[in-house]
Order: sequence, then structure tokens, then C-alpha cells
Amino acid sequence: MKHIITIIKKEWAEVFKNRMVLFMISFMPLIFTILPLVMLYFTSQGMGDMSDISTADVPVQFLEVCGEGITGTECMQIYVVNQFLLMFMLIPVIIPVTIASYSIVGEKTTHSLEPLLATPITTFELLAGKSLAAALPAIIMGWFAFGLFLLGLPIIGTSAAVIDYITGLTWLLAILVAGPLMAIASVNLAIFVSSRVNDPRVAEQISALFILPILGLLFAQLAGVIVINVMVMLSFIGSMILVDIGMIYLGTTIFQRENILTRWK
Amino acid sequence: MCLDLIQEMIETKDLTKIFTIKKAADIPAVVGLTLSVAEGEVFGFLGPNGAGKTTTVRMLTSLIGPTSGTARVNGFTVGEADQDIRRSVGILTESPGMYERLSASKNLDIYAHLYDVADVDGQVDKYLRMLGLWSRRDDPVGSFSKGMRQKLAIARALLHEPQLLFLDEPTSGLDPEAARLVRSFIQELRDQGRTIFMCTHNLNEADRLCDRIGIFKSRLIEVDTPENLRKKLFGRKVVFHLREVHPGWLDPIRELEGVLDLQIVDKKLVIAMDNPDILNPQIIRALVQSGADILFVGELRHSLEDIYLQTMRDTAEEEVAG
Repeated sequence: MKHIITIIKKEWAEVFKNRMVLFMISFMPLIFTILPLVMLYFTSQGMGDMSDISTADVPVQFLEVCGEGITGTECMQIYVVNQFLLMFMLIPVIIPVTIASYSIVGEKTTHSLEPLLATPITTFELLAGKSLAAALPAIIMGWFAFGLFLLGLPIIGTSAAVIDYITGLTWLLAILVAGPLMAIASVNLAIFVSSRVNDPRVAEQISALFILPILGLLFAQLAGVIVINVMVMLSFIGSMILVDIGMIYLGTTIFQRENILTRWK
Repeated sequence: MCLDLIQEMIETKDLTKIFTIKKAADIPAVVGLTLSVAEGEVFGFLGPNGAGKTTTVRMLTSLIGPTSGTARVNGFTVGEADQDIRRSVGILTESPGMYERLSASKNLDIYAHLYDVADVDGQVDKYLRMLGLWSRRDDPVGSFSKGMRQKLAIARALLHEPQLLFLDEPTSGLDPEAARLVRSFIQELRDQGRTIFMCTHNLNEADRLCDRIGIFKSRLIEVDTPENLRKKLFGRKVVFHLREVHPGWLDPIRELEGVLDLQIVDKKLVIAMDNPDILNPQIIRALVQSGADILFVGELRHSLEDIYLQTMRDTAEEEVAG
């Protein structure tokens, strides 16, 4: 554990000295927090009662999510804000990619990998340290952004019904469980790619592909193919657990010190 | 140094490393290396670029595994006790590989923790002071000169006080002053009794610092003390500076037992012989009796560069021949 903590501290000391990385880490969550608040504000201001809301406005499956006792405006707001749920889930996926994709290939390019691998650190400790160093800030920023979003909801006058929905099980599972699981998967993919390529830019580009499943969910929901509810989220979490286990196994078994040191030039 | 009484810090037997590359011929980087390095010895590993020196160091520090053969380092077997080997040796890699944004002390602090050093702050301070980096301890390593980085890398290799050190090109690319500082520090380490396995291109450095030299090009070509290598390759030659040289003076000298060769170069006699301690007085007597005026006498000393180049030439000729 001591070695893992040392690696985490080392990674953070390096990363947080880079102002651009710091900016990127904090900028995107802020945007993803402000944007839905602005959307909610304008939907509540600009729309009328909308009691006649129908499948022409939102997919028919979504009307079931709104349920009884919810006005048309609130239903539309829930529909809109549900798209941003996926945005919040993107935060822990996108943020760590920058850090994680640089983690191994960056050490290769600066020639610091060989002395590091020459220490008694185990492969598991090294990868765990690198993964946690990248995932933890992303998970914390994701939660922080969601916290800010929740604080902003009453300020912009969001109705209790919409707040109830956002603080419901679907959202909590997405933010508190699915997000961190996705962060772990994306970080492990980035580190895996980082240990196989020679250029940090290539690592970042390949790792960024991990956002595609989220975008797939987003478009599927927009098109009305699926509606993200508790069951969908639980299935997604189940799949992510399997993906995480697979990625961690793949990362530790494929990470070969010898190949990394001798086959990168 | 009495090598017989002390334990071997490095022992290899038929150590071989062959790199397999897809769609290309295998590359034999190290072939059948059998070698031993005793405790407290400074061993110089000489060879041209691409000879497999770094690959050897990487195998001996458990960074990469051998294709075949065995190696024991500090009592641990490579491939079986890799963690123990890494814990017990220090390595100066060819490139210092520091974290440029972090300070010198932070760099050392990280490695002290990774090596499980008990007194992290104490060891970091000790080596920063010892290598003259104390005043720059809080500066980012990115602002350091190449010499300073190299010194910091040496400090990093020593934090956990290893008794066996691997130094890969310790003075490569350094200016003469920085190189001298690094060399004097290696001398200090040698005086402390540490075992040093040093890859270098700098033959003067190897001559000055190393107890034994291994000349290597994928396989070990020669290994011995610099002095024995000189003897082996060139024999011992003594130069007699005379006022005049007459060919008639040379016959009694040629007849002396132990004289291997005799050449006249200007007004000098260059005599190859087995044992100058015995032969020099006899030669001097013979020359004086012949009427020669001897101005002075000195031994012709071949540099390690001569030895290295001659060995490499011989090897190339052998390869061509067969």
C-alpha cells in the first residue's frame, strides 16, 4: 500500500504542477454543471403549463418516467435533464484519460520508466497507483460537479418534483456507482494503451474512444430507443463491473516490463 | 585486493539474451556470458554501441529476463528473486530519467519511499549534500544541467545504500569538469567497499577506476585486470633512450633469455620482454659494456584504448576468418 500511495503522490505532484491539466480537469465539470442549470432555468421560464405534452415532444417511453402528478413542463425538464445525466457520467471518463494515457508512455518518453521499474515496486502496485491517481480526481470532480448542480437547482427555482427525480435512485446510481466504475474502466484502458504505444498523443486519442458507449447511450435515449431508469442503470453497472474486472486483469497480465523497456523505440 | 577470500556479488553462467522481432531475424544481444564479480570490486564493462552492455545490466537488475543461462546477483537468482535483486542493488540508467517538474528533493523522496528507506528525510538530505546539490534541492530538475541530473541520478541509486551498484555510462555526455566530479564520487564509492559494475565508453576512466575489465561485444571477448590485458596483448616493452645506436650492440641483448623482440626507433631501443625487473639490469650492463651512453629508461605503457582497439580488431579478424 505504501508504494501505491507513493505513486499516487508522485503522479499528483507532477500533474497538478501542469496548469493546463488543472484547467482541463476543472473546466469541463463546471461546464457540465452550468449547462443543465441554464437549460432547466430557461425551460421553466420559457414554457407554459404544457399539460398537453405528448409523444410529439418526448419519446413515448419517457412519458412513463414522468408518472402521475407531474406537469408537462416538469416532464419536459426531466426529459432534458436526463440527457445531462450522461454528461455527468462522462466527467469521470474524460478527465482521467489525459492523466492516465500519459502515465506510462510519458514515463517512457522522459526515460523515467526504467529507474522506476528498477525499484522493488510490483506491477500491481505500479498500475494500481497510476490508476487511482488518475481515477480519484475524476471521481471526486464528478461528485463535486453533481453536488454543485444539486445546490444550484433550488436557486434557479426548479420544482420539487424535478429535484425529487434528480435525487432519485437512477441518478444516484449513475453518479455514485456507474461513474466511478466507468472511471476505473477508462483509466485502465488508457494505461493499457499507454503501455503499448510510444506517443502520448496516440494513447490519448485511442483512450478517448471509451466515450463512445456513453455517446451511444445518449443517442439511444434521444432517439427513444431506451429510457435510462433504475433497471437500465443496474444493468449498466453490472456490465461495467465485468468490464472493470476484465480491464484490470488485462492491464496487469499484459503489462510486461521487458516489452515496455525494449520494444518502444 | 584479495579476490579469493571474498564472496561473488555477480555470477553468471552462459547468460544469453536473444530478442525476437516479428518478421525479422532474431537479435542475439548477449551470448553465453559467464562472469563473476567479487565483493568490493569495480568491474568495467567495455564494448561498442549496441554490444549488449545495457541488456546485460538490465538482466542483472531483473528488469528483463534472460533467454537462457543463469545469473546470481547479491546472492539472489535472476528470475526467481527479482524483487530481492531490485531491492538490493542500485542502478544508474543510461539516461537519468528524472521527474522534471519536481524538485531534486521530491525526486529523491519518491525513490526513497519506493526503496522502503527507513529514514527518508535523512537519506535524501545526506545525498543531496554529498553530491553538492543541497543549495538546489527545491529547484525543479528541469532547470538542472546534465551534470547535476547525473549526480542526482547517482544519489537516487544510493538512497537505499546498496552494496552493489550498476552504473551505465556514468559520465556519458558530461563536460570534463562534471565528468571529473562523477569519477571522483565513484572513487569514493569504491573506497567505501561497494561493488560497482560499470558500463563505459570512457577507456581512461575504466583504466583509472576498474579493478578488472571485461571487453564485450555480444559475448565476453577478454576479461582481466587492465595490467594483465596489457601484458596479454602487447607483452611488456621497455624503451632505452641512447645517445647513439650501433647495430653491433644489439646482438648480446638479443641473446639474453626473456628478450622477445627488439626494435630500433630513432635513437631508442624498444625491447619486448617477459620480466623487466630481471632483464633491465642485464640489458643496461650489456649496453654500457658495448660503449652505449644511456640517457634514460622507461616502460612503454599501452593505454586501455590501445588494448580495447586491438581486441576489437582481433575479434573482427576472427569473425571474418571464421
